[in-house]
Amino acid sequence: MTQLIDRRLNGRNKSAVNRQRFIRRFKAQIKRAVADAVSGRSIVDIDSGEKVNIPARDMSEPVFQHGAGGRREAVHPGNTDFIAGDKLKRPPDAAGGQGGKAGNGEEGEDDFAFQLSREEFLELFFEDLALPDMVKTQLAKLVDFKSVRAGHTSDGVPTNINVIRSLRGALARRIALRGPHMKRLREVNAELTALQPEPVDEDEEQTPRALELQAEVRHLKRRIESIPFIDTFDLRYNNRIREPKPTTQAVMFCLMDVSGSMDEERKDIAKRFFILLYLFLTRNYERIDVVFIRHHTSAREVDEEEFFHSRETGGTVVSSALKLMQEIIRDRYPAGEWNLYAAQASDGDNWDNDSVTCRNLLISKIMPSLQYFAYVEITPDAHQSLWDEYERVAEVWSNFAMQHLQGPQDIYPVFRELFRKRVK
Amino acid sequence: MTGKLLSESSEWTFDLIERYDREIARIAAGYGLDTYPNQIEVISAEQMMDAYSSVGMPVNYHHWSFGKAFLGVEQRYRRGHMGLAYEIVINSNPCIAYLMEENSMTMQALVIAHAAYGHNSFFKGNYLFQTWTNADAIVDYLLFAKNYIAECEQRYGEQEVELLLDSCHALMNYGVDRYKRPSRLSAEQERRRQKEREEYLQSQVNDLWRTLPVRGGDTSTEDETRFPAEPQENLLYFIEKNAPLLKPWQREIVRIVRKVAQYFYPQRQTQVMNEGWATFWHYTILNTLYDEGLVDDGFMMEFLQSHTNVVAQPPYNSKFYSGINPYALGFAMMSDLRRICEQPTDEDRHWFPDIAGGDWIKTLDFAMRNFKDESFIAQYLSPKLIREFKLFSVLDDDAQEQLEISAIHDDRGYRYIRQSLADQYNLGSREPNIQVYNVNRRGDRSLTLRHTQYSRRPLGDSAEEVVRHIARLWGFTVRLEAVGEDGRVEVAQECEVEH
Repeated sequence: MTQLIDRRLNGRNKSAVNRQRFIRRFKAQIKRAVADAVSGRSIVDIDSGEKVNIPARDMSEPVFQHGAGGRREAVHPGNTDFIAGDKLKRPPDAAGGQGGKAGNGEEGEDDFAFQLSREEFLELFFEDLALPDMVKTQLAKLVDFKSVRAGHTSDGVPTNINVIRSLRGALARRIALRGPHMKRLREVNAELTALQPEPVDEDEEQTPRALELQAEVRHLKRRIESIPFIDTFDLRYNNRIREPKPTTQAVMFCLMDVSGSMDEERKDIAKRFFILLYLFLTRNYERIDVVFIRHHTSAREVDEEEFFHSRETGGTVVSSALKLMQEIIRDRYPAGEWNLYAAQASDGDNWDNDSVTCRNLLISKIMPSLQYFAYVEITPDAHQSLWDEYERVAEVWSNFAMQHLQGPQDIYPVFRELFRKRVK
Repeated sequence: MTGKLLSESSEWTFDLIERYDREIARIAAGYGLDTYPNQIEVISAEQMMDAYSSVGMPVNYHHWSFGKAFLGVEQRYRRGHMGLAYEIVINSNPCIAYLMEENSMTMQALVIAHAAYGHNSFFKGNYLFQTWTNADAIVDYLLFAKNYIAECEQRYGEQEVELLLDSCHALMNYGVDRYKRPSRLSAEQERRRQKEREEYLQSQVNDLWRTLPVRGGDTSTEDETRFPAEPQENLLYFIEKNAPLLKPWQREIVRIVRKVAQYFYPQRQTQVMNEGWATFWHYTILNTLYDEGLVDDGFMMEFLQSHTNVVAQPPYNSKFYSGINPYALGFAMMSDLRRICEQPTDEDRHWFPDIAGGDWIKTLDFAMRNFKDESFIAQYLSPKLIREFKLFSVLDDDAQEQLEISAIHDDRGYRYIRQSLADQYNLGSREPNIQVYNVNRRGDRSLTLRHTQYSRRPLGDSAEEVVRHIARLWGFTVRLEAVGEDGRVEVAQECEVEH
């Protein structure tokens, strides 16, 4: 008696829970490994899994077992030239190596290596970071609605009439209202039949009682017929209510100064910063649009390739980029439907009188609709006017953050600082 | 001729598996294999890894160690360090055998013969399995265990339960009465009786500890009768029943781990026999298929190649050597038994007078039912096999300067080697003998364990941690004493618990 079952369609991840528990249990060690990995490899390809090594002794499962020493005898196969009584030098590594259970001893020293998935790696990488106001946006700022079914109501618009429900109600009503008349009709008919077993002709003489009964039959039938087939009272309408739906889409604006003063190295730093921000957003939103805006004296929306790789020369007018961003928001990303994030990278150069324009633009026009604005200044030199003006923006808007980067090694700490979990 | 073939390509289909299974079942029955009904499940490689890491069980409670096992398996599999085993088979009724979808038809047939008829009949027939496991109830019991532990996690917190399981797992090998027959596992009864047991046990424990402890040490405890009166080898059982501070749910979890450990106990003692038996039968059954013209030469070539790999035994000086391969030894011994019955030599008649020339099916059946590795080897390892394997015995005594070859495969050595190899499979010598010796009931409630050394072998380094785990379960100081061969007792480990 054999039963053959195809289990391939069953869940594959039976061990997922155990895997999670393992990771939770050795979180400290794994995080250390993740930190090493982050510093060890380029952040650009951060978006993949990572092999993690943990010293095996940290996670041993101890059991009672024999240690080295004592007297032990072991049988081995494949004798070639020993005879009984031969004496041998003890092999150097073999204190326990001759025993049948030598395997355990070796494994103990090795590292336990395994692969973290991309999700797990990023989870740890992003741990205790959270986007500012994200919770607020997701839970409080409920701006989008979807319509869901919610039973039936007794009034509504004709298009929502539920035919089955309505007719069922009508049938029940008809049966209920007809009941007493039908009963009486049966009684009257019975009496009439008793009175006149044979059908009689019209002109034949009838007893007054029979005439009376016949009249009642007619009356009852009329009453029954007058019950309406369907009544407004019977109508039932499908009820739909609007349920608020949290927004799960975000748009991220990458603003970068591409004037002559931004060299390849600085652009590279900026790129890494944008990538980290992007990765972080992918953790929290289902759909993310990225808009690249590059500017020197005028701003232009470009694709990613051009954003990072083509060079231009000339002066710098930061406000041109901010204006363009504002227009794009107005045209394509209404703040009610999108979570808006902006990240700006610059070397801090700007035309002096433009910095004030930037400040005003940000404070009054742009910041109200943004979730977050992160500004990083990539320069080894002293700050210029833009930084000063932005500091004033940061005073007004708590979701405006700014940081100073000097080299690639600063990115990660700055990133953490920018998106540190805010204590409410 | 070709019309009789069951299949012509190496692709399998469900239909083909069923046809092969029918033929294999017919042949197995012809050889008198008595099996549980089979439930053959086709799974993917990933699912096989899942099954691996939960010790092969279809359901099990959650614990990080299974996650660790899974990651380990996955990593080695990805790197190509190991192929997955072709099969996992579960001692249950019906007997669940997993087939991996990646296998060819030949491999599926091999696995069906090996697992669904070989292992299956061993599970059903061997005395250890009959004594220690209840195939009808194990899956239900594991389901009960899983739900119970999940419930405890909800109620008392994952961490709490995890720590407890860690401690219990450390003692898993000490959860069996080696000399006493256990009561049967039954999930239904477990559920019904669990509540009563909780209350009853707690009252018993309280009774035991009714005496208030005397602070400041009490020297008179030496004279009193010890508790337990006899040393107890089943540490988990002792803790479950007597640990003073455990709450009822904690006792239940100790019990669950103990019951699961008990279920695996026969497997640890019958590796050579079990694998040997299954390998012998897949070899015999598939050869019969070939003899009947149901499979072709290609099938046999693929099968033999895989079979030969499984039963390869590299010599001691090979870099592939990692101890004696239980498949190789077991298969060789089972085949040798058949040979002794069918073509006995004078030597066999001298060594095995009662089976030489007998009925091989009956002889093998008897051996399968009534032995474990240790006794099986002691009883049936023939001089011919000792010669074929060129077995030799090495004595490693740390009191001696040098290793000594104590016996080789010659007339003087056969019995010595047979005994020595059998000892190697004796759980008593493989695992340290540690028993509960005493509980200081009137004093500090400390628990004393005794390790009776075997051939002067000390405990490994992990003993200290295990003692800490025991102390967590016991709740008071735990002491581990070592008893040398000369009877001298010294304290090896002590773990104090502050209150």
